[in-house]
Amino acid sequence: MAKVLIVAEHDGAVLNPSTAKCVACATAIAGTEIDVAVLAASAAAVASDAAKLDSVARILTVENAANEYALSAILAPQVVALADGYDYIFGPSTTFGKDLMPRVAALLGLNQISDIMSVEGSHTFKRPIYAGNAIVTVTAPTGKPVVATVRTASWQAVDATNSAPVESADIAVDIPSHTRLVSVESGQSDRPDLQTASTVVSGGRALASSENFDIIFALADKLGAAVGASRAAVDAGYVPNEMQVGQTGKIIAPDLYFAIGISGAIQHLTGIKDAGTIVAINKDEEAPIFEVADIGLVADLFKALPELTNAL
Amino acid sequence: MEKILVGLKRAIDYNVRVRVKNDGSGVETDGVKMSINPFDEIALEEALRIKDRGDASEVIVMSIGTDAAQQQLRTGLAMGADRAILVDAVDSIDPLSRARVFQEIVNREGVELVILGKQAIDDDNSQIGQMLAAIWGRPQATFASKIELNGNTARVTREVDAGLELVDVDLPAVISVDLRLNEPRYVKLPDIMKAKKKPLDQIPIADLGIESSSIIEDSHFEPPAARQKGIIVDDVAGLVSALTEKGLL
Ligand SMILES: Cc1cc2nc3c(=O)[nH]c(=O)nc-3n(C[C@H](O)[C@H](O)[C@H](O)COP(=O)(O)OP(=O)(O)OC[C@H]3O[C@@H](n4cnc5c(N)ncnc54)[C@H](O)[C@@H]3O)c2cc1C
Repeated sequence: MAKVLIVAEHDGAVLNPSTAKCVACATAIAGTEIDVAVLAASAAAVASDAAKLDSVARILTVENAANEYALSAILAPQVVALADGYDYIFGPSTTFGKDLMPRVAALLGLNQISDIMSVEGSHTFKRPIYAGNAIVTVTAPTGKPVVATVRTASWQAVDATNSAPVESADIAVDIPSHTRLVSVESGQSDRPDLQTASTVVSGGRALASSENFDIIFALADKLGAAVGASRAAVDAGYVPNEMQVGQTGKIIAPDLYFAIGISGAIQHLTGIKDAGTIVAINKDEEAPIFEVADIGLVADLFKALPELTNAL
Repeated sequence: MEKILVGLKRAIDYNVRVRVKNDGSGVETDGVKMSINPFDEIALEEALRIKDRGDASEVIVMSIGTDAAQQQLRTGLAMGADRAILVDAVDSIDPLSRARVFQEIVNREGVELVILGKQAIDDDNSQIGQMLAAIWGRPQATFASKIELNGNTARVTREVDAGLELVDVDLPAVISVDLRLNEPRYVKLPDIMKAKKKPLDQIPIADLGIESSSIIEDSHFEPPAARQKGIIVDDVAGLVSALTEKGLL
């Protein structure tokens, strides 16, 4: 039985859905026993979320005031202390996991595999490179643990019908003080979360101002959708960075995606490759977005969008 | 501070439409435009601005790869770096070995700040900064969109999924940069001429005591699954009925 350790992502109160996707990836490896580690200041709430995830054998909690906020320099040595005896150590390919897992791997003297999109064998995986323009099959050495991040958009979260036991893990590590959190600024909204929403409406440079983005929000509200944006829209300051979709933003897989006034640069498309249905509204019929759109409408968005919102 | 070290990776230019070779052995690179990885250019720009403000005395650019990477290092010198180091290695060298190479150069040079791109747009790994910080035992501030130096600490704004995170890291440290940090300068012709006279040292990787092996093996490359071509509707009513037909409304 191969043992998998998954590092849970959470905000101190709630488990991030990315963790259930890591579990899904781990179940794709034949014959695994899956543990989830919750490192937190107080772990109870997150641990009880994690304990519900199907296929999980047990939850290991590490409580430490220093774990109040996820800082990789602080978490990595603790994950290393827990890693003994595990054959796989996984985290999500969110900014949390991308920051943490390479640090864990290097402390263990190992390489790391980024963005697992499929499992081809016990040590063989597929991952995207060149902004998703190529898929490479990689093989990690056997006889050593595999440290990896899981490309969340490639995996369906496991169900939450389990009640795995929760144990507190006793580890002694030196926690460095050279890295300190100052603050987190987030455009907290009561809209659906961009990374998990089933419908996403994204706006691009064509919106031309942050006021004009209101028509994107209006359509999203009608549809119960999350709102995203192209890099050009974020760079121009129309919307905050956490809304960026693409190679250097969020990689998402909603059932329905609207690209409004977005040209369809490869760096944007890599973020929506796994979307179910892509709808594009663009006034330029030559825009590359129409090459990937399932439904395209060549129109001025400032006319078409209010019309669409009204029609729903 | 004395020295800032910046990594410059030679990568296929971001405007090139990358194609997988028919035999699946890699991606087409023949006659393809190569450039500095765009994130690394931003890293260098930031280092130069820190030096211009008088907060550092020397900016060193380094690359790990074949002779061809001299071209990117020369561009870095033309942008304003003081000198360059090329560590000769096969292009397929694994990330952990790359991080170890950086660590060796950091030790030899007594570097206090390493600024890297947050990822390379070829392998999209996003690992070297984190790995270097780990083996160096120093802080990492990844995905930076703002860097302020205050004596022995750097206050870094990080672009994370939740929004913007501010961290203080004590120097020495590793910072990996995101796209919104700055807009890199254009290189002017006289600078290109001047750059030819700046030192570019080549060090064989074996001299650093690091074996350049590929630990994780890339065995096969394939193009991504293509999406099927969709339909074009005439108007909003057509869009609504197409969505309704698919059961999406
Ligand atoms: C290393 C790197 C990483 C990157 N990462 C990302 C990333 O993560 N995400 C990302 O999105 N981009 C990313 N980019 C940028 C990307 O290359 C494009 O520049 C960007 O996606 C363009 O945004 P856009 O489509 O909104 O703007 P544009 O390309 O300017 O397109 C605007 C579109 O709006 C249409 N339009 C204009 N007016 C109207 C109107 N009234 N009605 C309807 N349509 C209209 C135009 O026809 C055009 O097609 C990255 C680039 C680099 C180099």
